Amino acid sequence: MAIFAIYSCSSDSSSNSENVEVERVESTPAEETTAEVDPMQDKGIGPISSVELGEIDETMAAEGKETFKTLCSACHKIEKRFVGPALLGVTERRTPEWIMNMIMNPEEMVEKNKLAKDLLAEYLSPMANQNVSEEDARKILEYFRSEDNKQ
Amino acid sequence: MKTIKNIIYTLVAVLVLASCGNTSSKKKDSKSGALSGNAAEKVYVAPGEHDEYYAFVSGGFSGQLAVYGLPSARLFKVIPVFSVDAEKAYGFNEETKPMLNTSYGFVPWDDSHHPDISQTNGELDGRWVFINGNNTPRIARISLSTFETEEIIEVPNSAGNHSSSFVTENTEYVVAGTRFSVPIPQKDMPISEYKSNFKGALSFISVDQETGHMGIKFQLIMPGFDYDLSHPGRGKSHGWFFFTTYNTEEANSLLEVNASQNDKDYIAAVNWKKIEEYVNNGGGKKMPAKYAHNVYSDETHTATSTMMNEVLVVDPTEVPGAVYFLPTPKSPHGCDVDPSGEYIVGNGKLSADLTVHSFTRMQEAIEGKKFAGEAYGIPILNYEDVVAGVVKQPGLGPLHTEFDDKGNAYTTFFISSEVVKWKLGTWEVIDRKPTYYSVGHLMIPGGNSRKPTGKYLVAMNKITKDRYLPTGPELTQSAQLYDISGDKMELLSDFPTVGEPHYAAGCPADLIKDRSAKIFKLDENKHKYAATSESEAKVVREGNVVHIYMTMIRSHFAPDNIEGVQVGDKVYFHVTNLEQDFDVPHGISMIGANTSELLIMPGQTETFVWEPKQEGVWPFYCTDFCSALHQEMQGYVRVSAKGSSVPISYTLDGDPTDAE
Ligand SMILES: [Cu+2]
Repeated sequence: MAIFAIYSCSSDSSSNSENVEVERVESTPAEETTAEVDPMQDKGIGPISSVELGEIDETMAAEGKETFKTLCSACHKIEKRFVGPALLGVTERRTPEWIMNMIMNPEEMVEKNKLAKDLLAEYLSPMANQNVSEEDARKILEYFRSEDNKQ
Repeated sequence: MKTIKNIIYTLVAVLVLASCGNTSSKKKDSKSGALSGNAAEKVYVAPGEHDEYYAFVSGGFSGQLAVYGLPSARLFKVIPVFSVDAEKAYGFNEETKPMLNTSYGFVPWDDSHHPDISQTNGELDGRWVFINGNNTPRIARISLSTFETEEIIEVPNSAGNHSSSFVTENTEYVVAGTRFSVPIPQKDMPISEYKSNFKGALSFISVDQETGHMGIKFQLIMPGFDYDLSHPGRGKSHGWFFFTTYNTEEANSLLEVNASQNDKDYIAAVNWKKIEEYVNNGGGKKMPAKYAHNVYSDETHTATSTMMNEVLVVDPTEVPGAVYFLPTPKSPHGCDVDPSGEYIVGNGKLSADLTVHSFTRMQEAIEGKKFAGEAYGIPILNYEDVVAGVVKQPGLGPLHTEFDDKGNAYTTFFISSEVVKWKLGTWEVIDRKPTYYSVGHLMIPGGNSRKPTGKYLVAMNKITKDRYLPTGPELTQSAQLYDISGDKMELLSDFPTVGEPHYAAGCPADLIKDRSAKIFKLDENKHKYAATSESEAKVVREGNVVHIYMTMIRSHFAPDNIEGVQVGDKVYFHVTNLEQDFDVPHGISMIGANTSELLIMPGQTETFVWEPKQEGVWPFYCTDFCSALHQEMQGYVRVSAKGSSVPISYTLDGDPTDAE
């Protein structure tokens, strides 16, 4: 009786936790398959489903660097392993979608995405959500591409 | 046994159903059913659910303002206002010390009494809540976005700032009336010459509608009575303000006897619009007066205190038609205006009856120039000409009245410890319920506006005696929640409060909760000593002053190893929280620092001062459990002898923090 009541009210609720509940069910098979796929095929979980990459835009990269400095550099360095992994070469290890989803949606990523879960197991500090906008996340990605291109 | 089990199952199911809908219709349904007498169900807010109302309950002599949810009566936050609060570093960190500055210097405490929520068109708008400090007269404005005290203005020429802080219909003014009359300006004189020499100032403090910033527009210098409580007119009486008085005898000693001689005292009716016009046309006199005006900025995360040096005073006899006295029996205390603005209720605390004046009759008497006489040049109207009705013998010691949305009034009785419900217009008593014990104010959410709600009433008691587990001679203070949605009031719960629950203001949660701030944006941080990224973290020596620009994020400080500090230095820790996520504050404290911890919100910068007294290596750490690695959030400062050659250095993981 009580269980029925709980179930019935979640169906007409629009709170965030209910949405998470729904996604969790759907994401289970995806989670299993990522274990076998190439990381360069894994787009992660979050608002970004596809990113089109062109020539490296150095203006965007410079703006991305500034945002990175304010919001990310307390835990990430480019060349040095710090609180989180060194970011040099990240665009060769991860898809652009995965990188942006990790920046924008870290809580869900470390909970459900195999690659992100493995990183948490290794580094122990969960990635902080710094409320980065899609525009800024895209610029940070450009900064990473620019850094990787220099090598 | 089986029947009891079934009943329990049914109860559980009903509770679950009632709690999952935020829609009140479901709750109403369950109320009209067989469980209508179930007080526990009515105050139950299931885990994870939100309350329907906010209640801002003053802390009385704690000087603070507590935020509760109704109907659960759960305490969410204590907002420091007039008293220092080590938990939040209020009055301890360098940023908020100026908030407690006054013309007497730093005053770390006050007695906070009457919160009132800002209004637009006579309805609560949820922008700010104002509250008065009684002892060293001050008015504070608290943001209902950040839930922090943003501004405090001192009120000169005032003492025992009690008929405060009530707002007019569009928050044009927040009003502060003096309880104690004093020499204006202050001077050395015999106390026995009180009569006709002491004066009472009623201050009209204008509020900037954009910023909320306050400024004293004018002070009305009234006869030397005690101005006890006040309320604005609304609707038809908008533009007027009403103040109860006692001690119209102008006694200066043993007031409990000597201020209770007159059969009637007055309610002073002040036409503030008329005085505003007079002042705007150059009326009034500027007089020297020292008072502090303290403003906190969410951009600099810092308060500034400005000492003001003059105030505009108005002599009421020079503005004809601006002030009248309405005779009101026996030392009236509460002064409450009904939602329509027609009725002004004077609660004569030594009277057996409640007196209700009519605004319409008052205006007719003024037009007909029917005066009974005058006091210090201010016309006194005839009691018979202004009274609308009398509630006969409702109880003993009436104090305060609030209103619901159905034309009912509710008055507290201190001596007989009860709330009495009566009907506006017919003046008949409908219901009465005991309080436990000695009730002062009461609050109905929206009860000070044109649109009160009619669901809950909070009674605030002065004494609890046997209501709770005893805790030594000092017992908790307490409030009580009543359901007033039906014909009869129903007591739902008792709840303990922080300090004395002197008065409260309440409003529907929807008015505020979606506008509640979540973080401060780092790129908007204009604090003078902010380090908005680790690359800006540094340590700078200026003579014997050392400024540490430090950052914090889960779960480290930058820098966390500092050397080159010396005994005798004055070390400022300016600490910026780099987090940009909701609900991730960090704290910091330093061994031996003669101050409190800091509790820093995401994007915010705060500062504490440490004066190391001994050589050694001294640790600091994060005080707010912030993450799984919170215990690792720590650092060291090396302190060398005065004049030592150890250079200033600051590192994190072996590298200087400002290295690329
Ligand atoms: Cu911490």
